[in-house]
Amino acid sequence: MTSLTAYLLVSALLFSIGLAGALTRRSAILVLAGVELMLNAANLNFIAFWRFGPHPEALTGLIFVVFSIAVAAAEAAVGLALIVAVYRQAKTSDVSEIVEMKG
Amino acid sequence: MTVLFLILAALTLTGAAAAMTLRRLVHCALALTVAFAGLATLYLALDAQFAGLAQLLVYVGAIAILIVFAILLTPGSSEKDTPVGGSSSLVGVALALGTFAVIAWAVSKSKLGHPGLISAAPEATMQQIGTALIEHYVLPLEVIGLMLTAALIGAAILAMKESQTPR
Repeated sequence: MTSLTAYLLVSALLFSIGLAGALTRRSAILVLAGVELMLNAANLNFIAFWRFGPHPEALTGLIFVVFSIAVAAAEAAVGLALIVAVYRQAKTSDVSEIVEMKG
Repeated sequence: MTVLFLILAALTLTGAAAAMTLRRLVHCALALTVAFAGLATLYLALDAQFAGLAQLLVYVGAIAILIVFAILLTPGSSEKDTPVGGSSSLVGVALALGTFAVIAWAVSKSKLGHPGLISAAPEATMQQIGTALIEHYVLPLEVIGLMLTAALIGAAILAMKESQTPR
């Protein structure tokens, strides 16, 4: 097993953990955390392919990860603001109890 | 594959698994922070200093705090156990396991890891990254700046109290 394979397997495990959490947890905050874990698994893949790829001097994977981190930060800010706004209406952040969209 | 990699990978995966299985939300947030920090050290182990430090700043410094704020701003949800149960959670875990099986099968079947591909540690200094950002990736950089501004204003408006708006 080479290093690249090991990193890819760690990333796949991280993605699966995030997916399982996003699908099974009831708290909307933890669903968002699961999505963040999946995004991070993709970032780890980018870095691993950049490090072990044939043209690391192009910096493509590294730059992509920097942009991806910025997008994830914006996503977390808007997502958590949405959860707080929904909580103010529904008095819960349990995704299985929020069943109507009418305010 | 070194001992360092095994320790860091175990730390990251344990943190992630704890974040997705613990009962209390504050504990989940702490475990999530451990997972993010472990990922940052994995980036550092892959010679990606800039990405590792950015990960540390943005995820451990900002997003973890943001999640703790959200937990504390939604009281009741932080105390309540959120047990997963029923058939829907079984389906979720089965889907995740299936996804991992497919990815692991694809990775093991691929010819990615043949030894000729593995090179010495690549050079990626801050100066090179800055030059690349300014020369080749100027437009994405500007777009990401605009998007971050819009997202932060939008988040502030969303979380504001709705006293002025007509109902």
